[in-house]
Amino acid sequence: MLQFLLRRILAVLPVLFVVSLVVFLILRLAPGDPAAVIAGNSATNEDIAKIQVQLGLDRSIPVQYGIWMGNVFQGDLGFSYYLNKPVTELIAQRVEPTLSLAFGTVILALLIAVPLGTVAAWRMGGWLDRLLSGFSVAGFSVPVFVIGYLLIYLFAIRLEWLPVQGYKSISGPSAAGPWAWMRQLILPWMTLAMIYVALIARVTRASVSEALTEDYIRTARAKGISETAVLLRHALANAAVPIVTVVGIGIALLIGGVVVTETVYAIPGLGSLTVDAVLNRDFPVIQGLVLLFSVSYVLINLLVDLSYLVLDPRIRY
Amino acid sequence: MKRRSLFAASLSLSLAMMAVGTAHAQPANSKVLRFVPHANLTVLDPIWTTAYVTRNHAYMIYDTLFTEDAKGQIKPQMVESYQVSKDEKTWTFKLRSGLEFHDGKPVTSEDVVASLKRWASRDAMGGVLATFVTGYETPDANTFKLILNQPCGIVLDAFGKASSNVPFIMPARIAATPGTEQIKEHIGSGPFVFKADEFKPGALVVYTKNAKYKSRPEAPSAMAGGRPVNFDRVEWVIIRDTQTQFNALKAGEVDIIEQPSFEQMDALKKTEGVRVENFAPAGLQFIMRFNHLHAPFNNPKIRQAAMVAMGQQAYINTQVGVPELGRLCRSMFPCGTTYSDEDTGYFTGVANPAKAKQMLAEAGYDGTPVTLMRPTDLASIAKLPLVAQQQLQAAGFKVDFQQMDWATLLARRAKKDAPAQGGWNIFLTAWTAGDITNPLSMAMLNAKGQNGWFGWQDEPRLEYLKGRFARTTEVAEKKKIASEIQRVAFETATHAPLGQYISPAAVRSNVTGMLITPGVPLLWNMKKN
Repeated sequence: MLQFLLRRILAVLPVLFVVSLVVFLILRLAPGDPAAVIAGNSATNEDIAKIQVQLGLDRSIPVQYGIWMGNVFQGDLGFSYYLNKPVTELIAQRVEPTLSLAFGTVILALLIAVPLGTVAAWRMGGWLDRLLSGFSVAGFSVPVFVIGYLLIYLFAIRLEWLPVQGYKSISGPSAAGPWAWMRQLILPWMTLAMIYVALIARVTRASVSEALTEDYIRTARAKGISETAVLLRHALANAAVPIVTVVGIGIALLIGGVVVTETVYAIPGLGSLTVDAVLNRDFPVIQGLVLLFSVSYVLINLLVDLSYLVLDPRIRY
Repeated sequence: MKRRSLFAASLSLSLAMMAVGTAHAQPANSKVLRFVPHANLTVLDPIWTTAYVTRNHAYMIYDTLFTEDAKGQIKPQMVESYQVSKDEKTWTFKLRSGLEFHDGKPVTSEDVVASLKRWASRDAMGGVLATFVTGYETPDANTFKLILNQPCGIVLDAFGKASSNVPFIMPARIAATPGTEQIKEHIGSGPFVFKADEFKPGALVVYTKNAKYKSRPEAPSAMAGGRPVNFDRVEWVIIRDTQTQFNALKAGEVDIIEQPSFEQMDALKKTEGVRVENFAPAGLQFIMRFNHLHAPFNNPKIRQAAMVAMGQQAYINTQVGVPELGRLCRSMFPCGTTYSDEDTGYFTGVANPAKAKQMLAEAGYDGTPVTLMRPTDLASIAKLPLVAQQQLQAAGFKVDFQQMDWATLLARRAKKDAPAQGGWNIFLTAWTAGDITNPLSMAMLNAKGQNGWFGWQDEPRLEYLKGRFARTTEVAEKKKIASEIQRVAFETATHAPLGQYISPAAVRSNVTGMLITPGVPLLWNMKKN
């Protein structure tokens, strides 16, 4: 077990190195020059050249990469070209909204999708199952921004129950309290949960329905165990592995940025930071974000793998 | 039954909590103004960048020596009085007493000189002024002298210029930062104080009232006069999505949208509790810029043919779409401003493809493709190249249409290579009127060849006339020279003006006092009932 953990953690290092190198090269070789963006409309070539020198962009790509990697090893991800702030500080400001959005969405989706998928599998072909199929199609096919605007129109404009936009922090000096934090996030959670409910419910339905055909279910029923216990303790527990896998992927995707939802609700998360950085060619920020996303993907995968040990005692590493 | 009761109780509790939350959020605090700027504020240094959003931020926290009033005249702001020597080579300025930076230190002549030097190192007009300046003197803390090598007619225009880069006054220790580096502290002496600790890039910019601000005694007039602040706190709320901006305004979560999308104008006008307000009547101008280095536009006759092919109405219709917000204007200097002149010779602003075809044939156009760049991600100008493509093709040009994001376009337009090797022939953009009211500030009239603005026109006549304009002190004479500059600019087809338009703000009805300006949204003088 310990060996497995060490092996996995050590395996992260070459992954991060390759990812950082590829991203660095793609950014430097792609068209677009941050100095030209910074210099603005009235600039001349001379102005742009001065800014390139100031940003260190006049140096060769290997030298730029070497300097950046050297700083990364010291925990320094560099400074944003535009905001003149450390990349770590910018990312730290955006982590809380993104994590709030990601975990809230997944929790809401799990609370709805797992019971829904389980019952649909239990009563396959019934009205709930058909409803779930219809909802899944809608959840997958209706664009997130459409759902967002509809929810805003209903709950914020017509009913005036919830705010249209914005984010209020739950931690730090400007913390607005748990309820203020939650009010801002209810609509974004609902918006994003649609697709995750559709996804997780479909996976749950498929896994549970497969488990329900197994011999041990027939045995459990023959032993006279209640149907609820059969469903929860035997069918759902054995179907948990694929569900957890999907949830893990879902969290990773959400941390990677849900740009549309962040834009519709004006939530300052990592997604909008990534888009801004890409559009402005803010190289240090993009590189820092890619490193963060890579680490979080690897960690989430590791946690998912470890969770298999708990969920399925037959699995051993 | 029990389950149902529990569900009903939970639902009631949730709704009650929502209602409580709403009750807290709804009443707008009359001492807090929430403003949605036209772009995300990323750079805080108004000398390092020319971005309008940074300029607008700077007007909140910094003050200027001079500025423009509602008649477009330059009026003293931080300056109490000034004198010009008989030989017109020494200007002596006296600052108003009691001016203070937000850190409590007094504004001194040393601060002013350091700020002016840094500004002149980056700004085009400041650069022109610098060629006249032999030195600055600071005889006392409230007085500074500008020593010139010859009489100069743009001193007040330069010190009072309203748009980027504006000569904002900062503490000397901050202004000592080279112009190519960003400043790290944001301390001004303006009517608002920037709250660095509450700044959340991409989300929120917070300002508080500068209680020690010494407003001028005159009534506010555009950028000039008194600057009464009626809010304890101003929040710039960054909302990228235009529909969300609209929803937030409708719900009363924000008070002003600086630049709502044109598509929403009708809906905004019909929305209760909201009005549309045109605070910048001079507006903006669309332009098309040629690359003078490469074929076919290294031939002035072919550039002229392209200009004859351009019809302004199509640009206004396509990009703006709201007829009353657009205006045809042939002048390179925006109509309604001091130097505008609609005596534009062959350029009528009405598309004439037949004549353009004839001119092309006479000029010997050989079918060389015209590389036209389109920034797909910049909604405010993204439709312009589509119109240009159509109009150029109608005149017989072969068009190589290149789509890219704005950052790529900015990098590509800086390339002097031939279009086939990654260069370009044409790009289109928009300028705030304030930036192009004067031949010295209009980038397209920079005709210094390889050292000039993108397009690199080499036209000594223009540079000579601009020099004369800078030296002339008589307004009437300046107007004559500006017209002559425009005549040469059309003759050599520096660029094509493609129509003027205004971009009004959307304002909650309970907010009043928005000042008319050359394009800067000023948040002093406003009130919220």
